[in-house]
Amino acid sequence: MSIVYQRPEVFTNEYMKYCGGCGHGIINRLIGEIIEEQNWKEKTVIVWPIGCSVYADKYFKVDSICALHGRAPAMGTGIKRSCPEDLVIVYQGDGDMVSEGMAEIMHAGIRGEKFTVVFVNNAIYGMTGGQMAPTTLMEQVTTTTPYGRKQENTGNPVNMAEIISQLEGCYYSERVAVTSPANIQKTKKAIKKAFQYQMEGKGLSFVEVLSPCPTGWKMKPADALKHINDIVVKQYPLAVFKDLGRGEKQL
Amino acid sequence: MNRVTVNREMCKECEYCMTFCPKKTILAKSKSLNKMGYYAIEAQNMEDCIACGICATVCPEGAIMVEKDV
Amino acid sequence: MSKVFMQGNEAFAEAAIRCGCKYFFGYPITPSSEIPEYYAKKAPSEDLTFVQAETEVSAFNMVAGVAATGKRGMTATSGPGFSLGCEAMSYMSAASLPAVIVDCMRPGPADGEILGSQGDYNQLTKGGGHGDYNTIVLAPYSVQEYADFASLSFELAEKYRNPVVVASDGTIAKLMENVELPKKNYEFKRSDWACDGMNGRSHYNDITTCGDGPEQWEHFNITLQQKYQTIQQNEQRWEEINTEDADIIIVAFGSLARVCMDTIKIARENGKKVGLIRPITLWPFPEKAFEKYEKTNTKFFVTELNAGQMVNDVKIAVNDKNRVEFYGKLGGITPTPIELYQKLCEIYP
Repeated sequence: MSIVYQRPEVFTNEYMKYCGGCGHGIINRLIGEIIEEQNWKEKTVIVWPIGCSVYADKYFKVDSICALHGRAPAMGTGIKRSCPEDLVIVYQGDGDMVSEGMAEIMHAGIRGEKFTVVFVNNAIYGMTGGQMAPTTLMEQVTTTTPYGRKQENTGNPVNMAEIISQLEGCYYSERVAVTSPANIQKTKKAIKKAFQYQMEGKGLSFVEVLSPCPTGWKMKPADALKHINDIVVKQYPLAVFKDLGRGEKQL
Repeated sequence: MNRVTVNREMCKECEYCMTFCPKKTILAKSKSLNKMGYYAIEAQNMEDCIACGICATVCPEGAIMVEKDV
Repeated sequence: MSKVFMQGNEAFAEAAIRCGCKYFFGYPITPSSEIPEYYAKKAPSEDLTFVQAETEVSAFNMVAGVAATGKRGMTATSGPGFSLGCEAMSYMSAASLPAVIVDCMRPGPADGEILGSQGDYNQLTKGGGHGDYNTIVLAPYSVQEYADFASLSFELAEKYRNPVVVASDGTIAKLMENVELPKKNYEFKRSDWACDGMNGRSHYNDITTCGDGPEQWEHFNITLQQKYQTIQQNEQRWEEINTEDADIIIVAFGSLARVCMDTIKIARENGKKVGLIRPITLWPFPEKAFEKYEKTNTKFFVTELNAGQMVNDVKIAVNDKNRVEFYGKLGGITPTPIELYQKLCEIYP
């Protein structure tokens, strides 16, 4: 028998605390696979956010630190400046990054911090129970927009991958989605490319991942994936917004 | 014969593996609850499995192992 | 060693660099800005990392990041910035991160003024942020002591894996005095708890302040409180001047203690037996300094550049056994030695 797929060794045996069908689990696993395949376990530090992935430090056998809400890019700055040879992964959700931590992520981009940000966008606050995030779609019903999100009160969704790509300090920005086997492979490729750029000492590498929140969206997991493919991508198109290394030899 | 092993206690019954499996006969819900309270997915009819690994690729729990008979 | 004539903030910055603090993250705010400026200037020649952060919120979190890798990092700010940093102070205390933070106190509340003040006493010594935590607080009264605290603050921070605040103020920060700076003697050693990438370490590290159920979190908190008790036992620091025969003891810290040193001279010249207790650690408060007066008639005169904050800790320390009176100045005005002497005579004729 040859092994086609097995759980990455860099993962612990902890059961994940995410809800069934949550995209975080897939994205965590992809990060684990890449660390393992590239043999980066020894030099990885992951900065976790406050939000649904707050317990993800328990799933990885690498150095992990759980930051304050929204502050992961600031903490990542301290760590990366201290350990420039390490692979510093700043993992954030959309409430964490786009609301509480907008200043931190923008200025990490402005300074061109040489770490990778994996931004999980599920257009809602998951951990606190399904409230509106700045990324919530127009008319989307959440517990704090019970009649749907309206522009006059809350403004419009925020497209982070596009915004970050506009900053000089950003080297690479792409939006992907974990909605199908093919898209999951594309997500893995994007995260791997971002890590590679970091290890080459390039500027901020930013990967936004559209991710299902079946619980928050009150959908069956498979329907949540379909919802991303049919509706969410109209607001958040899947594309490479910046890749200064395009054309150079890659992994 | 190829082999798909699902870690029963890790499974949260999201059905992604069932949804994306190109052979619809392999993955099915079990009849009993696991410790977390889910009808965990079980693998059966292994003779149909082509060991493509898609079920493991889409599993959010990292609960699936796929082996190919060579 | 020869002395150099230096400003308080610059002397502290130079001393910190010599103690191996290679990382500085800060946001400009009066009266602390000479510290970031000094780091910025020395960064190329001393191989330092200086980042001007977008906010104090970020600066404190960047310091937390460096501290988490086991290296010496710090920030400097004043009251309004420290208020923003309190979130990270709570975090670093819970996460057991050995960082050093300078608070050059200025008169509040809110924007306030930019001269000397001690109005952040409660904020610094009672936690300031959310939850049950304490940080060690050192209050220098001279440029020399300010500079000496660079080394001491990192040693205490690392010994107890706890943030340490150096509470200077607008006066000590801007004052220029002769100072003897420390020699470079720091050698960096990796900490086995740090998140600096395994890089050959046999185990991986996980720094989190996120509870895992009430029982676990209660246990966590109890452990934290035990650490604070140990610090309270071991680290109370204070200076006593002319207390042996004193009928009245002035209690003052930081820049105001300088003034009081002259006040006790004036008092002695006028036949009043007055001494001084100068708390050096504001937390842990030097309660031990007051034990020996419990069965005496010694009276206390507490003076602060605030509306009366440390005076409450003095009252707790003497446990109602001695009379404690207070005189405070607000707004950034430092009283003269004579003014304090007159006030003391009014209260204790």
